[in-house]
Amino acid sequence: MIEKKKSGYWLSHVGLCLGVIFIFFPVWLAFVGSTVTQEDIMQPPFPVLPGSHLIENYKYALFNIAPDGYYSLPVPVLKMLFNSLIMALGITIGKLIISLLSAFAFVYFKFPLRKTFFWLIFLTLMLPVEVRIVPTYEVVANLGLLNSYAGLIFPLIASATATFLFRQFFLTVPNEMVEAARMDGATPMQFFRDILIPISKTNIAALFVILFVYGFNQYLWPLLITTSSDMQTIVMGLKFMIPTGDDYGHWPTIFSTAMLAMLPPVVIVIAMQKFFVKGLLESDK
Amino acid sequence: MGRINLKNLEKSYGKTKVIHDLSIDINEGELIVIVGPSGCGKSTLLRMVAGLEDINSGSILIDNKIVNELEPMERNIAMVFQNYALYPHMTVFENMSYGLKILKIPKNEISSRVQNAAEILELGELLKRKPSQLSGGQRQRVAMGRAIVRDPVAFLFDEPLSNLDAKLRVQMRLEIKKLQKQLKTTSLYVTHDQVEAMTLADRMVVMNEGNVEHVGTPLEVYTKPKTLFTAQFIGSPAMNILKGKCQSNQIKLSSGATLKANSKYNGEVNVGLRPEDFTIDEKGTIKLKVELVELIGANTLIHGRLENSNEILVASIAGVISDSKIGNHINLSFNETKLHLFDINSDQRIN
Repeated sequence: MIEKKKSGYWLSHVGLCLGVIFIFFPVWLAFVGSTVTQEDIMQPPFPVLPGSHLIENYKYALFNIAPDGYYSLPVPVLKMLFNSLIMALGITIGKLIISLLSAFAFVYFKFPLRKTFFWLIFLTLMLPVEVRIVPTYEVVANLGLLNSYAGLIFPLIASATATFLFRQFFLTVPNEMVEAARMDGATPMQFFRDILIPISKTNIAALFVILFVYGFNQYLWPLLITTSSDMQTIVMGLKFMIPTGDDYGHWPTIFSTAMLAMLPPVVIVIAMQKFFVKGLLESDK
Repeated sequence: MGRINLKNLEKSYGKTKVIHDLSIDINEGELIVIVGPSGCGKSTLLRMVAGLEDINSGSILIDNKIVNELEPMERNIAMVFQNYALYPHMTVFENMSYGLKILKIPKNEISSRVQNAAEILELGELLKRKPSQLSGGQRQRVAMGRAIVRDPVAFLFDEPLSNLDAKLRVQMRLEIKKLQKQLKTTSLYVTHDQVEAMTLADRMVVMNEGNVEHVGTPLEVYTKPKTLFTAQFIGSPAMNILKGKCQSNQIKLSSGATLKANSKYNGEVNVGLRPEDFTIDEKGTIKLKVELVELIGANTLIHGRLENSNEILVASIAGVISDSKIGNHINLSFNETKLHLFDINSDQRIN
């Protein structure tokens, strides 16, 4: 891009900085909240600079190592984080495998009612979990999957978006590539594994990021099917900690949990940022 | 090794027939070029031989074995694609060895075969590169390398040079020819470029609308085209076709000019006259109203219309001839031994 005026350049920078501050300030406050004591928070004004109780607060939240006078947490955040990670990874990897395979079938195989099935899958885009939550609950309950990782993961795996995305990508792969593989004697699955998957790498990485964040942030579904506190995910757990009515919660712990809940998606996004942008922009063939 | 027989092949997509009852016999080690305008079915034919397209009827024999139902790999033939179709995520070495890896050939043999092919194609230093780091000509060579390492009974080339620039095309054409002579592997080569066809072919197959028009050596096809289509398709600028009447060894063109012909045929004919067989001759019977003169350097193209009949005619005269010397009208004579006569109904050659 060519900048015409210096003033425009600075103005846009000021705008961007304001935007960053606007977004980042609440996060900063949450961080500050996780480093002070309950008393510091209860007495206005709310502190703006970090206190000295960081390690203590996080130890309590993560491992349930309670300082004197604190009651024991029902579930340590570490366990919640673990549950969330299992669920998010399960959903992500499951979705990737299923959608890669189904897109492969839709693009490279001729079978009766291929179009019909594709549009049926596409239609499910209009039926997110929230819409079909009652029947899905019924099914999962009948299968005896309540309070299990399988119950958390499977109903969220089927993905029209990812199937559609991979289908569009596969359609751009030149047909000669398939024919070259056939001439080389590759079976369909060898072609899938040796050629299609490697050239979809960036798309897979981009989807991984999106799907991981989606899976990690699930709230309603885990809330519904987990009753045992052992299976709580961190997003749910955080919600339970926030006090309602006349109750007053333990805010340093809540803030610590919030910070911890933010951590895995942030790590994933930062680690895979390069692929993510590449996968969304580039079609390198 | 490497005899291919195509017997009464037919192919249709739905109701449209694209290949009509086609039979060709290809000898061991021959380089056959299939040439024709786009949409004539030449690529379809090649893909049928490769096993990428089904056959509706007829049979394909490789070394006297019917291969109609065999998978491409089982036919033991290799193909070079127009867009190279290299696997973008693999290095040159991996691209060339992928087929061998699938065949579960031992690793040291794979690498010796790839090294060998790389040496023939002068790819030695590029083995570790990815296709995106190669130039068009190098990619083309890798695609050929991928075919060579398999040591197939036949190579199939599907317009392999059409993505290269003109200079590189000439160079690669020579390399393919040399390579084929060196390896003595039966090859089928599809192109729409008649120069490629003429220079490469041991024998060429001229196709039109799913039919074989002419099978023969390039020289035969050029000097004695079997059909009107072949006559017009091969040769640049294209052969002039004039209406005429043949009677007692003489042809009367509709413009009034007469030409001697060695043919007993009686009646109307299409007369084919190659542009380069004309000479400027004041006593010549072919009278041309000149419309345009093109100087190409080695020769001069004179475009014009015949007097009386107004038929378009192109003459190619050797050397550079200035406009002023040509003027508005010019008389031409024709080398009558090089006359081509075609039946006006069947378009078949008469003389």
